[in-house]
Amino acid sequence: MEDALAIHRLHFAFTVTFHYIFPQLTMGLALLLVILKTMALRSGDEHYNRAARFWARIFGINFALGVVTGIPMEFQFGTNWAQFSRAAGGVIGQTLAMEGIFSFFLESSFLGLFLFGEKRLGPKAHWFTAVMVFCGSWLSGYLIVATDAWMQHPVGYALGPHGEILLASFWGLLLNPWALWQYLHTMNGAVLTGCFVMGGVGAFYLLSGRDEAYGRTFVRLGVIVGVVGTILQLFPLGDAQGRLVARYQPATLAAMEGLFETQQGAPVAILGQPDVQNRRLDNPLLVPRALSFLTYRRWKAEVKGLDSFPQQDWPDKIPLVYFSYHIMVGLGTILLAVTAVAAWLLWRGRLYQSRGMLWVLMLCLPLPYIANTAGWVTAEVGRQPWLIHGLFRTPAGVSPDVLAGSVWFTLIGFMGMYMILGILFLFLVYREIELGPEPRKAALAEFGGHE
Amino acid sequence: MATLWFCLVALMIAAYVLLDGFDLGAGILHLFVARSDDERREVLASIGPVWDGNEVWLLAAGGTLYFAFPALYASGFSGFYLPLMVVLWLLILRGISIEFRSHIHSPVWEPLWDAVFCFSSLLLAVFFGAALGNVVRGVPLDAQGYFFEPLWTNFRLGGRTGILDWYTILIGVTSLFALTQHGAAWLMLKTSGAVQLRSRGVARGAWWVVVALTIVVTWFTFRIQPQISLSFAAHPLGYVFPAIAVAGLVALRWFLAGAEDVRRELEVFLASCAYLLGMLTSVVFGLYPYVLPASSNPAYSLSIDNAKAGTYGLRVGLVWWFIGIALATGYFILVYRHFRGKVGTETNHGNY
Repeated sequence: MEDALAIHRLHFAFTVTFHYIFPQLTMGLALLLVILKTMALRSGDEHYNRAARFWARIFGINFALGVVTGIPMEFQFGTNWAQFSRAAGGVIGQTLAMEGIFSFFLESSFLGLFLFGEKRLGPKAHWFTAVMVFCGSWLSGYLIVATDAWMQHPVGYALGPHGEILLASFWGLLLNPWALWQYLHTMNGAVLTGCFVMGGVGAFYLLSGRDEAYGRTFVRLGVIVGVVGTILQLFPLGDAQGRLVARYQPATLAAMEGLFETQQGAPVAILGQPDVQNRRLDNPLLVPRALSFLTYRRWKAEVKGLDSFPQQDWPDKIPLVYFSYHIMVGLGTILLAVTAVAAWLLWRGRLYQSRGMLWVLMLCLPLPYIANTAGWVTAEVGRQPWLIHGLFRTPAGVSPDVLAGSVWFTLIGFMGMYMILGILFLFLVYREIELGPEPRKAALAEFGGHE
Repeated sequence: MATLWFCLVALMIAAYVLLDGFDLGAGILHLFVARSDDERREVLASIGPVWDGNEVWLLAAGGTLYFAFPALYASGFSGFYLPLMVVLWLLILRGISIEFRSHIHSPVWEPLWDAVFCFSSLLLAVFFGAALGNVVRGVPLDAQGYFFEPLWTNFRLGGRTGILDWYTILIGVTSLFALTQHGAAWLMLKTSGAVQLRSRGVARGAWWVVVALTIVVTWFTFRIQPQISLSFAAHPLGYVFPAIAVAGLVALRWFLAGAEDVRRELEVFLASCAYLLGMLTSVVFGLYPYVLPASSNPAYSLSIDNAKAGTYGLRVGLVWWFIGIALATGYFILVYRHFRGKVGTETNHGNY
């Protein structure tokens, strides 16, 4: 059973991590597409419409992969986590079903119109379809985050006679304070992915000396939205999320910070490796008292270390929680610095000529993906050993009759399938970037064209 | 309350079968009714803007099943672990084949995705049918309400059954032909020229097979699942459901029989819808109040009463469900109206 549990966890972790590569760009680009379409509508400049069409093509590829890798996520609650679903389905099934009914229908309907209907719809109606796609994808994000937030911080439930978890307050579930902060933090992270992809592609065009008008638009939009986003991500969003963890999941906070001993004036570890065996941090580089201040706004406040909690309630993979948290914060800080310098150069009118900065922007393209993924690993591995924090332990949730062999089989199947999808995705997106945003004259004649 | 949710979930599954059914059917026929690249683009353009929305009905029905009958979701999904994973892989392959095909114009790229599209659509139709067959036949539930079935054992009904036995394969084949017919009806409605003509031929041919299979399947189903006979005996009003299916089949023949220049395409498609709807509702009515009968010990069967969620959740869900489905219906009308009419070279803006 022990063996099967580990594979079930790996199965979900692998498929959800791969899946989230796509929605973060979908949600981020959806916002940037609305901005581009709005600029096109207000200025009447066809340049912005062409820019929007270029990103819509990439959006389409990315969206398709988000859809096909997303369906397995909903299924896995039942296939791999049947006991959890039986106990808690009456609660989290609500938000998952609402996602399908309220956002997927909206998103899929208007995406069809957005991608295929520009000619027939006219500029205003086409702008409207872009807004609806944005609403659909951001609503979907909320309902998924609300589902996860309930597992992080269960509210609005009651226990039934056979131990099943019953919904007691619909609005309690939907307006879970954890969900509100986690949503803003997650969506802003997705916007940053969108900004760095757009800015990175723009920088690539400028460095290559091609499609420079588009390159400047992409870099400008990416940097302006990006600098606002990176600042907000650190404060107030990341800060608020951290304080929620400190308040409701103190053992997780201790694991994230690598704090083994409860202390007053607790430090923040910038570097160091947690040695769980000996309960200490090796090679530490500490900022004294910073953790106490960040958590409680008092330099001498007491922060609980892992020693305050029974070992069975510790997250079971402390180094993973610690490192993913540090990677997220570290990358967030680097991205803030990059966008701040780029924004300053943009303001001084020197960014488009500054090849060094353009190189940095291009190479930063993967970093928000890593930061977003690391953030989710922190949240979900940090939640362990609980499936529903404080209420339901992870080993109690698996499907009793689905044995390790079956899960290995499908995990390997997904790995192979997703490897192919990943290669196809990179190939097709690179091809779109290579073909560029200019309307294709040759293609126009042959296909009837996108224009 | 639980009965109402049972009907709503059944309604959503029916919506999924009718809507995604025609694009699955179009996929099954893709290699056969469309020979040239232009014709294949015509088939893809007929489903391109709608297939994703149609598939959302599967997700929405799954989600609704999850919160209304969590125990059924848990048992069914974990018990059908292997076939569901295969379905997921097929859905992935099918989705990318539709979306990726149009990106590169090459004698290697396009035929590859055409084949993947056809193959995955065909297998999905069989697997969905086999899944329905498993629910009708019953599964080996234990006292805790769980089971696990291998993909196949010895293809017989008694003893340790697999997902595939001769009965579930028979249902799978029936589903394949019924959806082929449904897809042909859709293509008759949306295409013109050679594709339409061939689709019409397929619809006419498939009709005979569907009639024969329907008779055989009905006969075996009444013998294999006694609950169905009991339900119809207890509520004779239920015969209205099989009557809808029969009426659909008769109407289908009637509208197909007309001369080729008589435009009865919408009627053909609606008749095919009526047939599928009648068959599905007959099964659902026959099984009620059971949602997953146990082949092991009848007492372990899952019914709407032992699978339902808490009353508060079901009540509050009712409010948002109706609002959400009303909105979704609105979007569907908008999209289908926007893309109404035949797919011609003019309306296909080179997207497929």
